[in-house]
Amino acid sequence: MLDFPRWRVWMLNTLIIVGVAFAIPSLLPTAMRAQLAQFVPTPTINLGLDLAGGSHILLEADTSQLAEARLEALEDSVRTALRRANPQIVIADVSRSEGELSFNVTDMSKVDAAREVILPLISNTMGTRDWDIGVNNGNRIVLSPVSSGDETALDQAMDTAKDVIDRRINALGTLEPTIIRQGENRIVVQVPGLEDPEALKALIGKTAKLEFKLVDEQADPDQTAQGKARVGSQVLPYPDNPTGLPYIAVRRLGGISGDKLVKADPTFDPQTNEPAVTIQFDSEGGQKFARMTQQNVNKLFAIVLDGQVISAPQIREPIFGGVSQISGSFTTESANALSISLRSGALPVDLTIVEERSVGPDLGADSIRRGVLAAVIGTTAILVLMFLVYGRFGMYANAALVINVLMILGVMSFANATLTLPGIAGFVLTIGAAVDANVLINERIREELKRGRRVVQAIEFGYKEASRAIFDANSTNVIAAVLLFIFGSGPIRGFAVVLMIGIVTSVFTAVTITRMWVSLWVKRTRPTELTI
Amino acid sequence: MKLLKLVRDDTNIDFLKWRVWAFAISLVLMAASVGLVATKGLNFGVDFIGGQMIRATFTQSATAPVTELRETVGSLGYGDPTIQRFGAENQVSIRMKLPEGADKNPELANAMAVKITNKLKADHPDVRIDGVDSVSGKVSEELFGKGVLALLAAMAGVSIYIWFRFEWQFGVGAIWSLVHDVTLTFGLFSLTGWEFDLNIIAALLTIIGYSLNDTVVIYDRIRENLMKFRKMEMASLLNLSVNETLSRTVMTSVSISLPLIVLVLFGPDVIFGFSMAMAFGIVVGTYSSIYQAAPILIWLKVGSHSFVPTDEGTGSKAERIGADFGAQP
Repeated sequence: MLDFPRWRVWMLNTLIIVGVAFAIPSLLPTAMRAQLAQFVPTPTINLGLDLAGGSHILLEADTSQLAEARLEALEDSVRTALRRANPQIVIADVSRSEGELSFNVTDMSKVDAAREVILPLISNTMGTRDWDIGVNNGNRIVLSPVSSGDETALDQAMDTAKDVIDRRINALGTLEPTIIRQGENRIVVQVPGLEDPEALKALIGKTAKLEFKLVDEQADPDQTAQGKARVGSQVLPYPDNPTGLPYIAVRRLGGISGDKLVKADPTFDPQTNEPAVTIQFDSEGGQKFARMTQQNVNKLFAIVLDGQVISAPQIREPIFGGVSQISGSFTTESANALSISLRSGALPVDLTIVEERSVGPDLGADSIRRGVLAAVIGTTAILVLMFLVYGRFGMYANAALVINVLMILGVMSFANATLTLPGIAGFVLTIGAAVDANVLINERIREELKRGRRVVQAIEFGYKEASRAIFDANSTNVIAAVLLFIFGSGPIRGFAVVLMIGIVTSVFTAVTITRMWVSLWVKRTRPTELTI
Repeated sequence: MKLLKLVRDDTNIDFLKWRVWAFAISLVLMAASVGLVATKGLNFGVDFIGGQMIRATFTQSATAPVTELRETVGSLGYGDPTIQRFGAENQVSIRMKLPEGADKNPELANAMAVKITNKLKADHPDVRIDGVDSVSGKVSEELFGKGVLALLAAMAGVSIYIWFRFEWQFGVGAIWSLVHDVTLTFGLFSLTGWEFDLNIIAALLTIIGYSLNDTVVIYDRIRENLMKFRKMEMASLLNLSVNETLSRTVMTSVSISLPLIVLVLFGPDVIFGFSMAMAFGIVVGTYSSIYQAAPILIWLKVGSHSFVPTDEGTGSKAERIGADFGAQP
């Protein structure tokens, strides 16, 4: 029990040194850490936003809208493919409802041919289908979504959305954002040190889907005002419409989308000197844009951003070269924000902010300063008390406690974990448990001495008998921590993580390490009397 | 060197003498807590009911102009704000319900925050906005549900563990004292109107962890004494166990209270409620281990027979444990 072979002493000492070493970078001032980082890796603890200040934004994707967008894209590709098929396959009575796309193949004999054309469109690279195809009443083709297809689509859309957000925030400059997917359809964006998140929110909340559509110039303004459009047209909001009517009718087909951009920059309109955005298509987009403008000279086309028309200029001449200018009622800031959004690509899915927290850096700094002060005073008080009550054994416990704190910090640094306010609660609990372990041991040694056992035997018994309660107490905490991690949300998990790390290091330092020191002392001095 | 003794060696207090009274008082306090929560309710933060919270400090003023704020913010047309001082006298939190339709269009929530902060800055040049929290109804429901679930799961999980390691009566005793501690803490928050948010759940979990730790230590000693003194009457045996572990109980609770008292006095204002909850929990948790968890064992008819080997000869749980850890019979 009190016999510690040399190799164990070495092993334990190595563990302590490694654990403490990992804590060092987190304790150094930033400047020194940066210097150190040139020679060795310096993993550090991140401070949560509640402590360090900054913004936390939780975005949620609208899954129904995604399904609708997929259906729309499917309709587009099916229509195009059937029109381009040789010979052309004519379809009619196209309908999208309840997530399904269905249409009639006018010529009964071409149903099989249509099927052949559609099949490649609905198969994915994995060799399975994203849509089921069926035929009703001989000539009505029905395409219905496969659930795994929906999931994959959502998954891909969220990955893309995450990348897009990353690009957009990076365009803002030297922020150090953390962007992580959460659950199926959520993304968490955390930006430390950002005081005013307005610019950030304006940037990441926008879908930035740009489209160019032809204006339906035959539309009846009265009908448009009521939101009604002719077959093949749709009514879109147009807040800045010079006619005063906040709506405009546009043709559904024959437009192009603005997702193939290589450049987007804020600029000023040379004629009006108002802020505007210039965009440059890639070569494929440029050709499409040239074709569209060529075929529709003198007509109006609508520039649609996120389903809302921002302006509807006239095509005066065909535009070759793929460069175009978007004007609308922009301010310098909004032109800048739009060009960043366009450059980083459209979000594949609409995201809504469902939770937002920002903590001013002053408050955060104040919290840390006072938190550290309180921790130092509190810990010192414990150390003094332990020494006064247990003497030598109290000093062992104290040294173990300090190592424990450093090791928790070390493990957290190594795991790059984040320390939050609830995490501090976890810290307090584990320090409490560590102190308690030593109190239990030392009280038990006292008791055994009182019962008349000799010193070495009393120490041995003290550790042995106290271990049982320590084991049970820590096991219950482990169980609680694991359950909290499984069922809890963000902050509660932060608590659970610190608790789990802390329990392991507390038992290690408060029991194993102190026992090593005590046994080395016993071996060296062979005490016959013990003040405890 | 003369060492400090917090508890005299010959201490022998008849704790269990007051067990019926203590239990009755606890029951009354628990009923009062439940009643308070049912009638007055808890002052839930935006974490749990959704809405928007703006925290602000009036850096040049001694106290925050709460009444005035209530009027000016109320006049902005977003409904009546809940305004509270927290921590220092010149810090306030202003809570608002999210405007109608904000679930669909977060711009509305945004606009509200901007309007309120602009108004504050215009009226009070010394104001410093410390933070804005905006939580939608959907997310707050989730946070609430998950918080409650985590709390219940943790309580149930540890009680089952204790049932396995000791006997079922000990499991019941443990969960009862946890329910006791949590209920009283809820009562405290209802009574004082301190804001109840996610951080308080973390504090509650700490209380549970601490109280349980305390209970386990006393239970461990009860188990040991049950095997040692087979003929002793239960109440005396519990008294003996509590007294034997008393110096440990005092030492540990004093040690843990020290940093918490410092935290309440000097800690960051944002965590005032959190620190108070934990400090309160230490007191209640220590009390409940002695006056709830222990006497319940008498009423649940625990005795030395609980740890006697059964006819099948499988050996009682405690003795197997004793063997595992090398305990002396």
